[in-house]
Amino acid sequence: MKVLVTGASGLLGRAVAAELLSAGHEVRCFQRRPSGVAGASDSLGSVADPDAVARAVSGQDAVVHLAAKVSLAGDPADFDRVNVGGTRNLLDAARTAGIARFVYVSSPSVAHAGTSIVGDDALPADPLRARGDYARTKAEAELLALAADSDSFRVVAVRPHLVWGPGDTQLVERVVERARQGRLPLLDNGAALIDTIYIDNAASAIAAALARVDSVHGNSYVLTNGEPRPVAELLAGICAAAGVESPRWRVPASVARTAGSLIEAVWRVKPGVDEPPMTRFLAEQLSTAHWFDQRRTRADLEWTPAVSLDEGFRRLAAHYGAERGAAGV
Amino acid sequence: MTVRLPQAGGALTPGTRAPASLPPADLHGLDPAFSRVVHAREADASVDRSWHVLDNAGRLADLGVKPVGTILCVHGNPTWSYLWRKLVSQATDAAAAGGDAWRVIAIDQLDMGFSERTGTRRSLARRVRDLGELTDALALDGPVLTLGHDWGGVVSLGWAVDHPDLLAGVMLLNTAVHQPEGRPIPVPLRLALQPGVLGGATVTTPAFLETTLALAHPPLPASIKDGYRAPYRGAGRRGGIGGFVADIPVDLEHESRAELDRIAESVATLRVPALMLWGPRDPIFSDRYLDDLIDRMPHADVHRFEDAGHLVAEDVDYAAAVLTWLGDSIRSAERPRSAAAEPARPPLWRYLDDLRDSDESAVIDMVPPSGPAPRVVSWRLLSKRVRQIASGLVSIGVKKGDRVSLLIPPSADLVAVLYACLRIGAIVVVADAGLGLKGLTRAVRGACADHVIGALPGLTAARALGWPGQKISTTTLAGPARRALGVSFSLAQLASLGSDEELPEPPTADDVAAVLFTSGSTGPAKGVVYTHGQLSAVRDALAAQYGVGVGTGLVAGFAPFALLGPALGARSVTPDMDVTSPKTLTATAVAAAVKAVDATVVFLSPAAVANVVATSAALSAADHDALAGVEQFLSAGAPVSEPMLAAIAALMPSATAHTPYGMTEGLLMTDITLDGIREAASTSGTGGVCVGTPSGQTRVRISPLDADGAATGELTDAALVTGEILVSAPHVEDHYDRLWLTHRASRRGGVPGERWHRTGDVGHLDAAGRLWVEGRMPHVLVTADGVVTPVKPELQAEVVGSVQRAAIVGVGPRGVQQVVAVVETTPGARRVALAPPELAAAVRAAVDVPLAAVLVVPRLPTDIRHNSKINRSALSAWAEGILAGGRMVAP
Repeated sequence: MKVLVTGASGLLGRAVAAELLSAGHEVRCFQRRPSGVAGASDSLGSVADPDAVARAVSGQDAVVHLAAKVSLAGDPADFDRVNVGGTRNLLDAARTAGIARFVYVSSPSVAHAGTSIVGDDALPADPLRARGDYARTKAEAELLALAADSDSFRVVAVRPHLVWGPGDTQLVERVVERARQGRLPLLDNGAALIDTIYIDNAASAIAAALARVDSVHGNSYVLTNGEPRPVAELLAGICAAAGVESPRWRVPASVARTAGSLIEAVWRVKPGVDEPPMTRFLAEQLSTAHWFDQRRTRADLEWTPAVSLDEGFRRLAAHYGAERGAAGV
Repeated sequence: MTVRLPQAGGALTPGTRAPASLPPADLHGLDPAFSRVVHAREADASVDRSWHVLDNAGRLADLGVKPVGTILCVHGNPTWSYLWRKLVSQATDAAAAGGDAWRVIAIDQLDMGFSERTGTRRSLARRVRDLGELTDALALDGPVLTLGHDWGGVVSLGWAVDHPDLLAGVMLLNTAVHQPEGRPIPVPLRLALQPGVLGGATVTTPAFLETTLALAHPPLPASIKDGYRAPYRGAGRRGGIGGFVADIPVDLEHESRAELDRIAESVATLRVPALMLWGPRDPIFSDRYLDDLIDRMPHADVHRFEDAGHLVAEDVDYAAAVLTWLGDSIRSAERPRSAAAEPARPPLWRYLDDLRDSDESAVIDMVPPSGPAPRVVSWRLLSKRVRQIASGLVSIGVKKGDRVSLLIPPSADLVAVLYACLRIGAIVVVADAGLGLKGLTRAVRGACADHVIGALPGLTAARALGWPGQKISTTTLAGPARRALGVSFSLAQLASLGSDEELPEPPTADDVAAVLFTSGSTGPAKGVVYTHGQLSAVRDALAAQYGVGVGTGLVAGFAPFALLGPALGARSVTPDMDVTSPKTLTATAVAAAVKAVDATVVFLSPAAVANVVATSAALSAADHDALAGVEQFLSAGAPVSEPMLAAIAALMPSATAHTPYGMTEGLLMTDITLDGIREAASTSGTGGVCVGTPSGQTRVRISPLDADGAATGELTDAALVTGEILVSAPHVEDHYDRLWLTHRASRRGGVPGERWHRTGDVGHLDAAGRLWVEGRMPHVLVTADGVVTPVKPELQAEVVGSVQRAAIVGVGPRGVQQVVAVVETTPGARRVALAPPELAAAVRAAVDVPLAAVLVVPRLPTDIRHNSKINRSALSAWAEGILAGGRMVAP
């Protein structure tokens, strides 16, 4: 099958492209700069550009759409343009091109209103209650994608939760960098249970969603390792793998939330410099439980994660060890 | 107290007359399709009365089903048929689903609800006739079961005794048919009956109605309250409420007294099945009225919903209970009663008769309440004392079937009183002090003792907490103390009153002998009822298992078994200890007790074992010699660890150390020796705690768990199948006291005609027939990967060096629960925290289920009585809070 993977310059996009290639698919990657995925072709451009999107989808059998603006802060209009507008462009172009299969890579934050998630399955995306522009626009895009689902254009939405692994700049690098600078607090006692997904598992799950889309289209699935851990343990695991000191100081979550709101407001007036050290969204993410019922996901996608949390930490440590070795540290 | 009824023209003579009407269509939970108006002739007045009733006959006809019988529901004051809406709906739904089709007719009494406002005052006798005239008009044919609440209970019973041909059973929610002489009527009613208060409280204002609606536990939502208020909007509609209150026959002169007495007497002649569902948190119809009803209908099935009150119909799912009971008692030919013939066993007091002329020691108190020296009581003296007290009890009016609460610490006094009560057929109520005052109060009140026999502390508590019953003291108290405590007699007085040793006919094996209260570590204490035959079977099981018989010297450091010493013919000694705190027992005290009776058998509680070991350094050479003569050692009440059992066994080198598995509902179900524990340890891998093989006549079966963690499987004795443990033996209890639903649940899935008890424990049998306990049923986890029982992973976690004790609990919804270990460490933690990384890793490596988190606590919460049972349900709720980002409070 010829598969278009959007956003393949990111960690997850690259891994998905590689996974699909190894499964025997012909893969074309679509993003603004070369993906660097060996064995895949590149089609360069922005999802916000309908012409570029039309070129990219031509001749393909399926689309796996990952491209998105992922950030904790920024201009709301940018999020709308890329995440909502980009998805709409791809859906339109894919249908026009007669493509029959579409995997939309979403986020559990589309259904998260800020309180704890304790063993829930995927709830409906809700842009009105989603926290922050990223979650809001991802929710709108998921609703658009699922609304486009039909027997002839089969759409499935998957929501990997906190993807991490070697080379990850979104979670791992942020944690490591802040820990290195001594700027990483534990909110409350760091006991909130959080489930994550190791990068290889996320890639295999997305490939499974594509393989199963004819049977499971119209649905949303949360993807996790199914191994919730207290957030402090996760952060400590990442820090230990990277060889940096684990966070030691604690901040009450209520303080962090308030501070996050203030900092967001300040960052809004001087955008573009750096992302804020704390946002309300992040404070909520780090102080409330987030773990999910994975039974439907595993049964429907006929998928189980192959890499355990502990194995993931070992691989991460090996990655940082190799990095340190290369740098002569 | 005399109640002056208000004069004509006062608020209680409603001038307003109005025919029956239909309720508004939008009342919460009430389907208007069930409402209809029925006309019935009031013969005496030659007028037609119009009634509003709920009736599902039409719906059943639409379903094409023929009713199996009729439930006639009568509300009290100030409610209306709305009270029965759930029963009407649930009975109809059950019929629609293919179950038994019960016709339910719930009436509004005249002047109440949406029935006619007659403008006349209606006495109890009139209301009973009203109901008969209505059922005549409805042309009811049998079988009919009545269901009544509050004063509707009385009216329904009046109808019941007047319609024996139609009657198939009676069901009651909080009500009363008798106001005992000399007892004040309940305060709330006394207030409402005050002249000047009555009309205002009941009619001119909705105060009485509102007060009643406020009695619900938990509080009623506004929509339900509005449902109850609907027919009573405006003083003109509330005349019936005042009329009902005024009709309460508070004294002998009252016009309705004769009718009430007639009903109360006739009820005692009813032989039809009876059900009483009771909410004890009722300021009007307290437990003493339930007790009175049980006296009149001793065959009734009774369930007290511990947290429910007057509006029990709102507080609990009474409708399901009613329909379940109807299925069991009316529809099912086979009543869930054991019919298996039991061999005749000698009565419990056998040796008190056989050895009445023996001067051998029977009972020895090492430190009696009366003085310092050991008190030695011979068989001759004990036998005489028991006969005298028994006869004395009869002479002061204690009858067979009366309940006698014993608040006496283990001692010769307790032994004498216990056997005296048993001999005359009085039912002894024994609640362990370990329940705490609150638990004891619930237990004693719930059991509704007619008499209390106590030592000073017990009587003081009884007085302070208002426990019911005539009070008898073990020691003779000075006048002021006696009066202050409300004590009528002392044991010495009883013995002197009974000096003729005149005894009544003894009770039979099927008569109830005792109500024992469980520890309550898994919910409120439950009374467990044993018959004489079953208690005799307990004695026989002990005798067979541990070789205790006539002349055996027995150290009785564990009260439940100690009391059976005289029944076994043993020479028993109570060691020097604070019986309310078994951990005060020292090794020296045990040795002294062994010496006193030349003991070959020692029974201790697990809490005592630890202290005996801890104080063993103080033993003299002579003490060691005495202990060397012990042949059987038993630690009962809770599991004891192998090292602890080994440590105490080392003090008694000739003894076989045992630890039995059992519960208040079935003492001594299995037994394991120290060697057996060691052997099991070497063959473990199946998980859990090995409690050995079934004792004597006990049978153990497993009801396998399904994927949801429920024990729904057919009973099996196959090896390595995990499920709920069921036991059957001649010495298993008869039933739970006044907990019919609980009793029913505990018998579920047993073999018909046999007495099988669901233990609430989960475990399995192995190929050698040994039983392994894996935890409590409510503590079973259901993860996405399947069912997890807690004990095995707990034992695995406890292998980690710094883990002192572990509890395995689940967080999250059943089906996707995450497994969490909560541990006590050495050295102890000062506050609650996530386990440090090394400890978390060690625990995870030791346990063969994935753990989401490892939490460290200074102390795991345990029950008072055994200091060993961890309430994992509470701990799980606590862990869920913390792991959702909640505050790190102590569990």
